[in-house]
Amino acid sequence: MSTTTINTPTGAAKTMVLNMGPQHPSTHGVLRVVLELDGEKVVKAIPEIGYLHTGIEKSCESKTYSQAITLTDRLDYLAPLSNNLGYCLAVEKLLGLEVPKRAQYIRVLLTEMTRIASHLVWLGTHAIDMGAMSVFLYCFREREDVLKIFEMVSGQRMMTSYFRIGGLALEPATGWLDRVERFIGLMPSRLDEYESLLTKNRIWMGRLRGIGTISAEDAIAMGLSGPSLRSTGVDYDVRKYFPYSSYEEFDFEVPTRTEGDCFARYLLRVAEIRESIKIVKQAMPRIPKSGPIRTDAPGIVPPVRERMKTEMESLIYHFKIFTEGFSPPPGEVYQRIESPRGELGFFVASDGSPKPYRVKVRAPSFANLQGLSKLCEGRMLADVVACIGTIDIVLGEVDR
Amino acid sequence: MAEPEDLQIDPVTQRLRAWDAQSVAEVLEFRGERTLVVPRSHLRRVAEFLKGEPDLGFDFLSDVTGVDRFPVEPRFELNYHLVSILNRNVLRLRVRAHGHDPVVPSVTTVWCTANWHEREIFDLFGVRFEGHPDLRRILMPEDWEGYPLRKDYPVEGPR
Repeated sequence: MSTTTINTPTGAAKTMVLNMGPQHPSTHGVLRVVLELDGEKVVKAIPEIGYLHTGIEKSCESKTYSQAITLTDRLDYLAPLSNNLGYCLAVEKLLGLEVPKRAQYIRVLLTEMTRIASHLVWLGTHAIDMGAMSVFLYCFREREDVLKIFEMVSGQRMMTSYFRIGGLALEPATGWLDRVERFIGLMPSRLDEYESLLTKNRIWMGRLRGIGTISAEDAIAMGLSGPSLRSTGVDYDVRKYFPYSSYEEFDFEVPTRTEGDCFARYLLRVAEIRESIKIVKQAMPRIPKSGPIRTDAPGIVPPVRERMKTEMESLIYHFKIFTEGFSPPPGEVYQRIESPRGELGFFVASDGSPKPYRVKVRAPSFANLQGLSKLCEGRMLADVVACIGTIDIVLGEVDR
Repeated sequence: MAEPEDLQIDPVTQRLRAWDAQSVAEVLEFRGERTLVVPRSHLRRVAEFLKGEPDLGFDFLSDVTGVDRFPVEPRFELNYHLVSILNRNVLRLRVRAHGHDPVVPSVTTVWCTANWHEREIFDLFGVRFEGHPDLRRILMPEDWEGYPLRKDYPVEGPR
């Protein structure tokens, strides 16, 4: 703690520099915010990051294209399937691969489930930050259902690595769609339940309404995306603007608000869960009962296990893929998708070798966190918690 | 990656070249993505033009990516990924910088968000940005030596 004299609108005043974090429950990970305070008023808020820097981008350069998928799970650990999708789409673009429709629909369904799960974690933890304990328990109850579906499909609750280059890792277990259906049937009434606890709650409104306001111009200039940008009235959603993985075939709305405050961001995320439910409902009947889940690209996509037992070729390909990998042509691509937090981009450069020359992750949280200063400055100390909460950062992808 | 023949139908390149013949040094195309290579000295002017002209309107800077082409010179390659929210258009700008003097003009005055992206590149590649308001390390500790994402920096770190 140190004190300095500064000029405030009310004259010279003593300010105090306070470190919030890196160990602080409401910074959602290891984020440090250096706050300059004038009494309880925030004069300056500077986010300091890097405490979770694990060098994922550097590590990708020493892995084969397929091996690097497992690292993408660890970026935004609340939405591993979105990361898998972004990376796989980028590499598929590099290779010029077309993925079978069945796999595309399953991908859409699962990434929307990821969005629901991620927003539920957000809602629960944010409610706890604001002092509403019970919502947390309800949200995590529903999230558990989603994670069980992920486990059923991929064998993993969180670090799924289920999307692979050219399709999916394995055929989803029988009966998984019944489970999705049951969850989707239940979810709207559960959402109403959360809303009845929060939306008209006076404390909740008092803590969020008119807090952390940002204008559309500022939000665009700061590179904000996802619900943080859409809360200012800009309808930029990658799923609509630059559709990928057959999103253009689905009928859904992109909810926007114009207030640009914390409350708008809360309402948007709840509305987005409802839209995701709509997409999942449309995706379910579209997924064919049977059919390929991986594209037919010998030497890139591993052969079906059964064929390896009878065909020499398949066995050789299998061996080559897992010892050497495959070599895309030299060049670079950038693939953007809409993750629960905003525009997630993967820049993948190839030099014609079996390992990526460079993988860069455009993490939505990284850009969104930069806008934090704009949201907090001039507000009260307690509002910083609300602001950090509603921009919904995951430090895993901020620091990479 | 060769210079595509259908340059006439790319309005952005056409606009830029009509405005300043020197502004685009090279046009690359790969997998349907177009990259405009811009001379280092023209970067800020091109950025202002791309953002300011309403029919171009590239107001959203998604990302700035550094690539190290060591030992090829110029070794550093910076890619700016732009989105025009109004016109639903995307574009990639590329600037190259030599290893002996890796300095690139900062575009923070055009897009505020470039602040952290440029700091990250400074931190991990050692490329300096002229005119950046707060150029210091962002992910690595302040006293860290070396630039981890350079190709001549070992994966397991310095020993």
